[in-house]
Amino acid sequence: MKNKKRVIIPIGPYHPLLEEPEFFSLYCDGETVVDVEWEAGYNHRAIEKLSESKHWDQVTFLVERICGICSTSHPFAYCNAVEDILGITVPERAKYIRSIIGEMERIHSHLLWVGLAGHFLGYNTVFMWAWKYRETILDMFEMITGNRNHYAMFRIGGVRRDIEDGDIPSLRKVLGEMEGKLEMLTRAVLDDPVLAVRLKGVGVLTRRDIKDFGAVGPVARASGVDFDVRKDDPYAAYPLVKWKVITTGNGDVFDKAVVRLLETFESVSIIRQCLDAIEGKKGEIENQVREVPAGQGIGRHEAPRGECFHYVRSDGANSPVRHKIRAPSYVNIPTFKASCTGQTISDVAIILAGVDPCYCCTERVAVYDAGNKKKLYGFPELVEMSRKKTERIIKGEMK
Amino acid sequence: MDIKKRAFKRSLWVYHLSGGSCNNCDIEILDCLTPRFDIERFGMVLVGSPRHADVLLCTGIVNKKCVERMREVYDQTAKPCVVVAIGACACSGGIFREGYQMAGPLEKIMPVDVYIPGCPPKPEAMIAGIVKLLEKIK
Ligand code: SF4
Repeated sequence: MKNKKRVIIPIGPYHPLLEEPEFFSLYCDGETVVDVEWEAGYNHRAIEKLSESKHWDQVTFLVERICGICSTSHPFAYCNAVEDILGITVPERAKYIRSIIGEMERIHSHLLWVGLAGHFLGYNTVFMWAWKYRETILDMFEMITGNRNHYAMFRIGGVRRDIEDGDIPSLRKVLGEMEGKLEMLTRAVLDDPVLAVRLKGVGVLTRRDIKDFGAVGPVARASGVDFDVRKDDPYAAYPLVKWKVITTGNGDVFDKAVVRLLETFESVSIIRQCLDAIEGKKGEIENQVREVPAGQGIGRHEAPRGECFHYVRSDGANSPVRHKIRAPSYVNIPTFKASCTGQTISDVAIILAGVDPCYCCTERVAVYDAGNKKKLYGFPELVEMSRKKTERIIKGEMK
Repeated sequence: MDIKKRAFKRSLWVYHLSGGSCNNCDIEILDCLTPRFDIERFGMVLVGSPRHADVLLCTGIVNKKCVERMREVYDQTAKPCVVVAIGACACSGGIFREGYQMAGPLEKIMPVDVYIPGCPPKPEAMIAGIVKLLEKIK
């Protein structure tokens, strides 16, 4: 307990981009990491409890505010859960619109990841470019939904707003431009010799690890586990369009980057097909829901980071009696125990970043000497070390 | 005080402090640094330590676990230091107001100079807020 008390990082225990706030401590033997410890709770906002005091419709806004990056995933899963209790399906047009929003979010979230991964490796140009591309997606969100983030598009039984025919051409234009940019980024990542040295074989998670930790999303798919809720438990418009699940086999950070980048192309294609399906047509966008009967339901959605799961129980009154949420990072974060152990300290920043929610988490890393457990490095030092390693590789000092 | 003031209004260094937010406000702060908005043209840089900071950008409801840490960070900053509350959460508690983890809003923890409401406020709103702040300092 006494040692735990010393896990205090003077700089930035709080940082952007986290879904669940975490506090990590690495135990090290010289340069090598021997153990990782995790502590959560800095961002706890009592959402499950608050949800029990809000009206069914208000909860969509509440769960939207669980996370700022995937602010559609939680309403998506929540609406699926409540619709499960009601036993209704949403109108076809609403399904397409839901999928469009979900996939646009995936693109912006993955771009955000690419940028931050670049930042941690000392490639700040990548950070700036990726975030610049991301802005155009946010503009589209603003056009369709009225807000850059927290779109409030979902409601139980459908969606809140229609996508007008007038908006579709500019959406298509942005998608076209986005494809070119994504291709450029993907080629840059795949061809870069430095990145290959830096990321290949680093932070490897085997299929076994994935199963043991129950990891989901791109983290699992990079290790060859083709688990994707959109395919395995189809919902919204995903069974109506053609797309494929991207998997790779190595499970290292490089593969995680590849999976994410290739997924964005799938997203672009899904959005295109959805737009084709709704263009020029009219249709209902919601089923009116008067009341929620007693019962329980589950809802899942493949968020950019993996499966997002909501369980809701109703007693027929105005608000849920129990609402349980499991976000993807919650199962992905413990994989650090497998992926960081045995790696050098300078690789830790990027391994943690490889899981995606966790640039933020890395902010809380403190490095301990295994012997006396004294704090050696904080996160800024780790990032610095990571950058220096890249520099050394560029200069050809390391292979 | 005069020389401090003169130096203060030139180039503000900001430190970003998040106490139980949904991280959207935080991303919008980072967005301000990227090419589209680029607050560096006003001389603002994000720094890694509160000891270097002139401005604290605070987001989130301040939950019970991080309230002590936030106080600590505020104590570490060199005074004068301007505190900006960003987002509905920091200004009033927003949607999380009635939660059991709420220890804020921010003004209970430290003196706040600027409030930028919105959920999340757009980067333009943040820049507008900070520019107003610069005028106020002058
Ligand atoms: S104000 Fe809104 S966007 Fe900002 S942290 Fe709070 S809930 Fe998130």
